[in-house]
Amino acid sequence: MTLLEQTNDLAQPQPNSSKRTSRIKTRINSLAPPTVLFAVIILVWEFLSSSLSGARKFLLPTPQSVLTQGILAPDAYTQILPSFLRTAALALSGLLVAMVLGMLVAALMYQFRWLERASFPYLVALQAVPVLAVAPLVAVVFGYSFFAKGIVVVLIAFFPIPANFLLGLRSVDKGLIDLFRLNQASWWTRFWKLAFPNSLPQLLTGFRISAGLAVIGAIVGEEFFQAGIPGLGMRLLQYLDQVEYHRLYGALILSSLLGITFYTFFTRLSHRLLRNWHESVQSP
Amino acid sequence: MKVATKNKLTDVDSNLKPTLSFNDVNLTFSDGTQALHNINLNVRQDEFVSIVGPSGCGKSTLLKVASGLEKVTSGTLVADHDHLGYVFQDATLLPWRTVEDNVGLLTELRKVPKADRKAKVDEALELVGLTAFAKYHPRRLSGGMRMRVSLARALTMDPQVFLFDEPFGALDEITRERLNDELLQLFMRQNFAAVFVTHSIYEAVFLSTRVVVMSPRPGRIIGEFEVPFSYPRAPEIRFSPQFSELAGKISETLRKEIH
Repeated sequence: MTLLEQTNDLAQPQPNSSKRTSRIKTRINSLAPPTVLFAVIILVWEFLSSSLSGARKFLLPTPQSVLTQGILAPDAYTQILPSFLRTAALALSGLLVAMVLGMLVAALMYQFRWLERASFPYLVALQAVPVLAVAPLVAVVFGYSFFAKGIVVVLIAFFPIPANFLLGLRSVDKGLIDLFRLNQASWWTRFWKLAFPNSLPQLLTGFRISAGLAVIGAIVGEEFFQAGIPGLGMRLLQYLDQVEYHRLYGALILSSLLGITFYTFFTRLSHRLLRNWHESVQSP
Repeated sequence: MKVATKNKLTDVDSNLKPTLSFNDVNLTFSDGTQALHNINLNVRQDEFVSIVGPSGCGKSTLLKVASGLEKVTSGTLVADHDHLGYVFQDATLLPWRTVEDNVGLLTELRKVPKADRKAKVDEALELVGLTAFAKYHPRRLSGGMRMRVSLARALTMDPQVFLFDEPFGALDEITRERLNDELLQLFMRQNFAAVFVTHSIYEAVFLSTRVVVMSPRPGRIIGEFEVPFSYPRAPEIRFSPQFSELAGKISETLRKEIH
């Protein structure tokens, strides 16, 4: 095939209707498997809970009773919904702080290699410290506040952001760096027009990992601190103590829903920003 | 006074004075490697000089020196770095930018006013025949088309000196020959001095007014050959006896040096 023929191929737009049907098809293809699996899980759950003997039945209520009594009943949702929002706010604030700090740290390391050499071991160490071991210290220093819980979230969610961002900033094609240098691009121009967009795939991966961790951090933080306006973490322990298993399962479901929401948001964002150019997103 | 040379209108004065000039250039890397040794090379405005040689003979380094990316250890270099075209082995496009924004990159970095930039970009895209693809992202283009975007980007600088570092090495033979033809058309229409690094003796002979042969350790010039064909060059000259004879001589020079 010659170049010219290729040219014509590319210039020809696909007919619109076939494009739309194929889009619906891919939609169905991507949604069908998880839906089927969801149905299977509900069925297995239903089966397990009905097979439990009477005295142990409370350990695993049926899916339907969890939904109606654990979440949708008025006295349940007036309690669990504010808690859900509380935890969401905590996870989100911690994540935002981790994002800003993490990007700042990575940008500084990108500019000053000695800083990377000096501080990277400590970042790794920070990652390795079990957060529950640090939580008491945080509590002593900052009290049992929203802010203190936020610190726990930041500690858990921080590491993937500078690590991934730095990797992206550093993996710029050598020829492009030469090209920018040849045309007298300033440090800022090189960062903003070359290194930063180049790092987007990795940065967004970092965001996605950290978003999941932030939700975990928020719930773990609340479970440890056991103080202030109750979030999902506190509710989980409370319902366990009060043997309110319908609500316990309801809180668990909302917790995972929170994690899924965060993850989906960043997956979507990543897809949107990268769809035109990155190999990780299939071309339209 | 203007005269027609090789189908181009060129100033007599600028013809006499080289646009790019290496005088006794030496370059030694910090690890002691002598990358370039006593390089003397003058390229005039209407000249197309190809450089052939084995890997590690310093041909890419020569381009880096010409562009100012590498500073000479001794000797002098004369070149206009504000009107410099540099095309690399890869297309080196920004994948997140559309074709037109890629082509506009250099004028953007040089802070050319927006309106002028647009005119430059349109003109360059026209020259490489990619106007219809202005809004595409690079990944939707073939390798040959990406290389043409790279050429267009360099053209926006109105290059006086145009450096090519094995630009078509990664392309298939058919695309490569087509791009060779297109490049010669550009050379006849635009006014620049070309330095073209390649592994291929045939590509060098087909494109050039002069072929320079280099040898490694230390990187130096071991031979220069004038190419007798006039422009425009028909693709068929590749199969003429004269062409083969010259290619043979160059190949022999290379073989004699390298054991």
